[in-house]
Amino acid sequence: MLPRILEQINAAGSVKTTRRSFLVASAAAAGAFVIGYGAAPVRAAGGAAVSTAPAPFDAYIRIAADGKVTVLSSQFDMGQGAYNGIATLVNEELGAAWDQITVVGATGDLKLYGNLAWGGAVQGTGGSSSMTTSFDRYRKAGAAARIMLTEAAAREWKVPAGEISVKDGKLSHGSGKVAGFGDMAAKAAKMPVPQDVPLKGRNDWTLIGNPDLRRYDSRAKTDGTHDFTIDVKLPGMLTAVMIHPPKFGATVKSFDAAKAKAMKGVVDVVEIPRGIAVVGEHMWAALAARDAVTVTWDESKAETRGSAAILIEYRNRAAGKPQAVARKEGDASKALAAAVRTVDATFEFPYLAHAAMEPLNAVARRNADGTLEVWGGHQLPGLYQGMAAGIAGVKPEQVTMHIMKVGGGFGRRATPDGDVVAEAVMIAKAIGFKAPVKVQWTRENDMRGGRYRPAYVHQLKAGIDGAGNLVAWQHHIVGQSIVAGTPFQGLIKDGIDQTSVEGASNLPYAIPNMDVGLTTMETGVTPLWWRAVGSTHTAYATECFLDEVAAAAGKDPLDFRLALLKNHPRHAAVLRLAAEKAGWGKPLAKGRFMGLAVHESFHSFVAHVAEVSVDGGDIRVHRVVAAVDCGTAVNPDVIKAQIEGGTGFGLGAILAEELTLADGGAVEQGNYDTYTPLRISAMPRVEVHIVPSAEPPTGVGEPGVPSIGPAVANAVRKATGRLITKLPMARGMQS
Amino acid sequence: MLIGKSKMPKLNINGIDHQIDAPGDMPLLWAIRDLVGLTGTKFGCGQALCGACTVHLDGQPTRSCQTFVGDLDGVKITTIEGIGGKVAETVRQVWTDMDVPQCGYCQSGQVMAAVALLSETPKPTDDDIDAALDGNLCRCATYHRIRAGVHEAARRLEA
Repeated sequence: MLPRILEQINAAGSVKTTRRSFLVASAAAAGAFVIGYGAAPVRAAGGAAVSTAPAPFDAYIRIAADGKVTVLSSQFDMGQGAYNGIATLVNEELGAAWDQITVVGATGDLKLYGNLAWGGAVQGTGGSSSMTTSFDRYRKAGAAARIMLTEAAAREWKVPAGEISVKDGKLSHGSGKVAGFGDMAAKAAKMPVPQDVPLKGRNDWTLIGNPDLRRYDSRAKTDGTHDFTIDVKLPGMLTAVMIHPPKFGATVKSFDAAKAKAMKGVVDVVEIPRGIAVVGEHMWAALAARDAVTVTWDESKAETRGSAAILIEYRNRAAGKPQAVARKEGDASKALAAAVRTVDATFEFPYLAHAAMEPLNAVARRNADGTLEVWGGHQLPGLYQGMAAGIAGVKPEQVTMHIMKVGGGFGRRATPDGDVVAEAVMIAKAIGFKAPVKVQWTRENDMRGGRYRPAYVHQLKAGIDGAGNLVAWQHHIVGQSIVAGTPFQGLIKDGIDQTSVEGASNLPYAIPNMDVGLTTMETGVTPLWWRAVGSTHTAYATECFLDEVAAAAGKDPLDFRLALLKNHPRHAAVLRLAAEKAGWGKPLAKGRFMGLAVHESFHSFVAHVAEVSVDGGDIRVHRVVAAVDCGTAVNPDVIKAQIEGGTGFGLGAILAEELTLADGGAVEQGNYDTYTPLRISAMPRVEVHIVPSAEPPTGVGEPGVPSIGPAVANAVRKATGRLITKLPMARGMQS
Repeated sequence: MLIGKSKMPKLNINGIDHQIDAPGDMPLLWAIRDLVGLTGTKFGCGQALCGACTVHLDGQPTRSCQTFVGDLDGVKITTIEGIGGKVAETVRQVWTDMDVPQCGYCQSGQVMAAVALLSETPKPTDDDIDAALDGNLCRCATYHRIRAGVHEAARRLEA
C-alpha cells in the first residue's frame, strides 16, 4: 500500500530530542520496550543522526525533574481531542496527576509512530484512527513507565516493588516514604525495561470511559495562550503572502513587482513554482504590497470549465454504464426488470471547502549548520519532511518537523503536495535562506486554493416486489478520484478508488440483487478528503434514497431499515437508540417533522434523528438526537463533542455550503460571505447517546458528519413531499 | 522607514500605551499581533465575517481586522489577554468546565463576544445569544456548548 509515500517517508530521518528527560518507548515491531535519555543526537560526519545508546529517540513519555509529564503523540490534534485521548490512555496506566500532563506531537520513527490502523508503514492522522492505533501502544507505554518508576523507588528505599503504590504522580510506601515522579525519573530511566507489561482490566479503569474527565487543554484556549502555527515568532522572521494562479493549472508567465518592492516593510517579491510570494517584515506590510503586484498568467493548461458544466458532464455520464464495479450481488438488472415497482433518483453534490478557521500557514528556517526546521500543521509529517528536504536540497534527517497546534483541519492538512509546507521552504530558499519565513494564506487563498471535497453525481434505482420487499438496488457514482495521481494512488484497486465509494459499496442492507459502480472523471480541480470523505455523499444518497423506497413500499423508515439490518446489529442498535431517545413515532408539535438516517464510517456507527420545520424555502432544524457506537469509549465527553460538532459541520454543508467555479474556471467564493458554514443561529439542540461497548475503540472525528444530512433531508421530505436531490438544500429547494 | 513621532498612531491596549510605527490604515489586528506581539487575537477572514479577531473597544466587541490604528486615539482596547473581572473569569471557567473549545482558534473571539453579551444582558435568552454570537464562526461547530456555556455563566454570575 502507498508505495511512493513509503519511499519518501522511509527516507526521512529520526526525531531529534533535545531535552534531557526520561523516555519510555515501545518498539511495536520488535515487541520490546526500550528506554533511554533524550540527549541530543550525535551527528556522524555524513550528517546522519546516530543514536546514543540505547535508542534515545524512541519515546512516548518524558518525565521532567519537576514531575511534568509530556506525552509524545504519534497522532495529530486538529481540535478533535486526539491528544487528550492519548494522554488518557497513557495515564490510565501511568498514574500521574491529570494536571501534570501535557502532550506534544512527535515524528521521525515509523516503528514508534507509524499508524497501526494503516499497517504501521506511514505516520499520519486520518480516517478517524487515532484511538485504534494508540489504544494498546500508549497504555503499554504508560504501564512500562510506571513499572520502572516503581522499580527505581523500590531500589532506593530497599523495599519490595510490590509494596509501592502509585497515585496522582506520587510513589509511596507504607513506611511513610513518598516521592514524586520527577524525583525518581532519572533513576527510573536506568531500570530494566519490562517485557510483558500487564495492563489494567477494564473494570479497573478510572480514566478511560470516565464521563467527568475534562480535556487537559481547554483553559489555554480561553485566554489566548494556546499557540497555533500563526503564532510562531522567530528572531528575524519575515511573513509572506501568496498570489496563487486564478485558475487550476495556470502558471506564472510574468510579473511586475517594482511598485510593491518599493513599499515600506517589503523585503522581496519572488516567484516560486506555486505562484508569487510577497515577503514583508510583517503580515500587513506583505498584504498591502500584494495588491501592487501585477501578474500575467499562462492559462493554456488551466481548467476552464465551470462547475455547472462539470456537473452536467457527470450527470450525463451517470446515466450510462459504470466504468468499474465496486460491488455486485445477484442480478440487479434482471430484478429491476421484474420488479412490481421501481424508484429512481439522481443526486448532485457540489465541491466543498474545508474552510478551517486558521487559514493555512507554515514556517521554515534554515540554520547555520545547514539543518532545516519547519513548523506547521503536519498531518503527514514524514511525507512533508521528505518534501521539505527535497526543496531545500538537504537530507531528510537534517529536517526537523515541529508539529504545531492548529485551528481545525477537517482533512485539509493532509495533502499529497504538502502545499504550505512546500511554499514556506520554497520562499525561504528563494530569498537565499537569509531569514526564517512564515507563509500565511489569507482566507481567499485558502478558499480558492483547491483541495476540495470533489463534486459527485449519484444515480440510484431500486426495485420492489409484490410483497413490498426491496429486491434490487443499482447505484452508479460519478466523480473525481481523490487519490489518483498522488502518492496515495496505491489505494485504487481494480479501478475503484475506495474513497469514492465507501459507504455505498458496503451498504449494510440485505438486498438480494445489488450493483454498485463507479465512473472516475478527470478535472483540473484539486480534490481532497473532507471530513468523512466518501461518506459525505454516499450516506446522503443511500439514506435519502432508502426513505424514498420505504415510502414507495408503504413502510415506516425505521421499521423498513431494521428489517434490512438483521445481519448488522451495530447499525440497528444505534438506530434504535436514537429513535427511542428522539421519540420516533410519537406525535410532534404542529409543523414539526422527523427524519432519520444511519451510517457506518471508519468502523464507527452513527444514527441521527432530526426534528425539522419548513417555512417556505427555509429549513430549520430544531433538535437532533444522535447515537454512536465507536467501540470502547475512551473519552465519552470528547465523543459527545465530536458528534455534536460533526453534526453541525455536516448540517452546515447540506444546508448552504457550495464551492463553485464560474464558466472560465475561476472559483467564485472567496470568504465567509459567499461560502457560508453553519452559524450559531442555525445550530440545533443536539443530544448524543453512546452505546456501551467492549469492542476495540474506533474513531469519532469524522463519523458524526455523514448521517445528519440525510436525516434532515428525510424530515424535509416528510414536511414537503419533496426529496432534495441537489445540494446544498438552499439550492435544491429552488430547483 | 520612520515617520514623524507625532504622526505615529498611539494605541492603549490592556491599559498600556503603545506607539505604533505604521500608517493609520493598518488594521488593528495586525498591529496587535505583529507589532505589539499579543497573539491571542486571531486572523480568520480579514473582512469582519468570522469574529476570530474580536477585541473590545471601550467595552464594545469589535472586529479588529476592519478597525484601523489611526482611528483609535483615546480608545481603550482590550484583547483576550487583557480581559479580566468576574464575567470574563466566569466565562473562562465555564468554558473549561464544559470543554467548550475543540481546536480553540475561534474561542478568543467567542469569549470576547460572550463576555460583552453577559456584561450587557446578564440573563440572555437563546435568541439573545444567537443574535450576539452569530458573527462568530466556529468551524468545529461548538455552538451547542457555547450556547449552554453562556447560560451556565449567567447562572453562576447570578448566584
